[in-house]
Amino acid sequence: MKSQSAAVVLSLCALLLAACGSKDKDAAAPAGAAAPAAAPASKTLNVYNYSDYIAEDVIPGFEAKSGVKVTYDVYDSDEVVEAKLLAGSTGYDIVVPTLNFFGRQIQAGVFLKLDKAKIPNLANLDPAVMQRIAQQDPGNQYGVPYMSGTTGIGYNVDKVKKAFGNLDVVNSWDLVFKPENISKLKSCGVTLLDTPSDLIPIALHYLGENPNSTDPKVIDKAAALLKSIRPYIQNFHSSQLVGALANGNTCLVVAWSGDVIQARDRAEEAKNGVNIGYSIPKEGAPQWFDMLAIPKDAKNVDNAYAFINHLLDPKVAAANTNYIHYANPVPSSLPDVAEDIRNDTTIYPPAEVAAKLFTYSVLPAEVDRQYTRIWTELKTGK
Amino acid sequence: MNEELRAALRRWMPQPRWGVIAAPYLWLILFFAIPFLIVLKISFTRMAIAMPPYTPVLEYIDNALTLRLNLANYLKLFSDSQYVVAYLSSVKIAAISTLLCLLIGYPMAYSIARMSPTSRNIALMLVILPSWTSFLIRVYAWIGILDGNGILNRLLMGMGLISEPLQILYTPAAAYIGIVYCYLPFMILPLYATLVKLDHRLLEAAYDLGARPWQAFWRITWPLSRAGVIAGCMLVMIPAIGEFVIPEMLGGPDTLMIGRVLWSEFFNNRDWPAASAVATVLLLLLLIPIVIFNRQQQRQMEAR
Repeated sequence: MKSQSAAVVLSLCALLLAACGSKDKDAAAPAGAAAPAAAPASKTLNVYNYSDYIAEDVIPGFEAKSGVKVTYDVYDSDEVVEAKLLAGSTGYDIVVPTLNFFGRQIQAGVFLKLDKAKIPNLANLDPAVMQRIAQQDPGNQYGVPYMSGTTGIGYNVDKVKKAFGNLDVVNSWDLVFKPENISKLKSCGVTLLDTPSDLIPIALHYLGENPNSTDPKVIDKAAALLKSIRPYIQNFHSSQLVGALANGNTCLVVAWSGDVIQARDRAEEAKNGVNIGYSIPKEGAPQWFDMLAIPKDAKNVDNAYAFINHLLDPKVAAANTNYIHYANPVPSSLPDVAEDIRNDTTIYPPAEVAAKLFTYSVLPAEVDRQYTRIWTELKTGK
Repeated sequence: MNEELRAALRRWMPQPRWGVIAAPYLWLILFFAIPFLIVLKISFTRMAIAMPPYTPVLEYIDNALTLRLNLANYLKLFSDSQYVVAYLSSVKIAAISTLLCLLIGYPMAYSIARMSPTSRNIALMLVILPSWTSFLIRVYAWIGILDGNGILNRLLMGMGLISEPLQILYTPAAAYIGIVYCYLPFMILPLYATLVKLDHRLLEAAYDLGARPWQAFWRITWPLSRAGVIAGCMLVMIPAIGEFVIPEMLGGPDTLMIGRVLWSEFFNNRDWPAASAVATVLLLLLLIPIVIFNRQQQRQMEAR
């Protein structure tokens, strides 16, 4: 028996070690989750935003101006924020969900109705953008757009040129959805976003269907299309593809515009000889908006209003766009946006391209379920 | 009479040793039973667009307290092949990983047990030391090793063994490598603990009676180290079935495990009730090997 009890003791030691390992992971969890208790005139603000999604000097600038201490935590997927918001008491005063997630969260009763008098800079916002957002947030009552971007094709310039002779192919979704095209890039790697909510609407749009269709038979057409190109896809991932594209490990991605541009900049910095391009295909692509919103149980509401107002300041919005390469919805910031970004048609699409962009809408639960189901089957190749 | 009363009172008065017994139970109730009951409760609800995103189980309407248990989530698990396939594939991946851990870990534990006490401590330290780095970072390091431009491929190409980089990352093979690497210490330590207690005189006696080395191993060492083998296999297999991080980071899209299905139920479908049902069934699935293990132990104890 002795040997056995020794085995148990050692096993326990091993388990403790494992526990230590996982403690490190917990430490990476938001530090601001435990919000400080509300003080009469609180001097703190807890912000939860996407990673790499704000210029470096914006928060210090706000802290200096207002005397408020900002705790800034980051996430990398809408799903994670949504789970926290739905569970309640996040401790955050500002969150930044994407429009279609935001629409559903409004229905669930997550957010505070904005007191527009406290955000004077709302006047700076582009009315056309506000109108598009009003489809999901009638009267623009709950949220303010922070940045917008597109989901399109990112590619390794030299590898695509080598396979096709020129770069004309990148201007059409045919590159992704026609097996004879995408098969030419299989050997250098194809990675898609691991989000059915991006890829299925894109496939539907390519087929000439309504990208937000809720008809199961129509959605199955998109599934069949994606299945036909599955053999040529190396991986599905939403955050690793930036690195993979920049290192030259993958040569074609379907990804968010800013991520591809980030990969381009990283490759340039690394001087590894990888040239990266981004294109909005001529058939049109999804355009999305990330929304600044205040959860109902936020403790520092006034500071949240002040911060949102600060972000809508033309100078601040320009600084953010210059840093993260996404388009901001404040037209008066354009003179301060760097020229190469302002003239980049993949960041600020010209009118004829913008006309073909489409937005996602909130889908019923059965459709979400069908999406997930299609996705699991697609990925596992079953 | 008085004596009896006092004895009865003494039996029901709080005693210091209760505190000692209570501590682990308190731990178990606080960190296992209560969270599990919450999960169990959610698994009997229906999803809703609300905060939290499911319907209540108990409702008080018109002076009537109604308990509504929704069994649809469990029925779905058994009627939809996706879940069964994912459970089976998790068990398969965990079983193969456990076997690989045993094949690699047994010789290591055996040789460590045969070392001199000083080098034994150093060797054990070497087994445990990697665990001091965060688990997540170690898995990330494997991405750097297995990558198309990674250390392994460059080494093999430099040696002229291959001309094209091997595609290991994002294949099931990478998931196996990651799981075996991460759980190997859990196999080695219990094996070592039983092997180090092995009485060498038994082996000498076997040799004296004409046993060959293999025979001696199979008839003496192996049966005596069975307890360690079982403990090690349990420690590897049980967490491996529910593994999410390693297959997600290394395994590529076709490594379907139940952890991934649970994730997408919870995050993609926002279906907390279905995710809870998947988790409850997973727990029951894990209980089976534990019960078998306990039975085995009891039988051994009775045999002695």
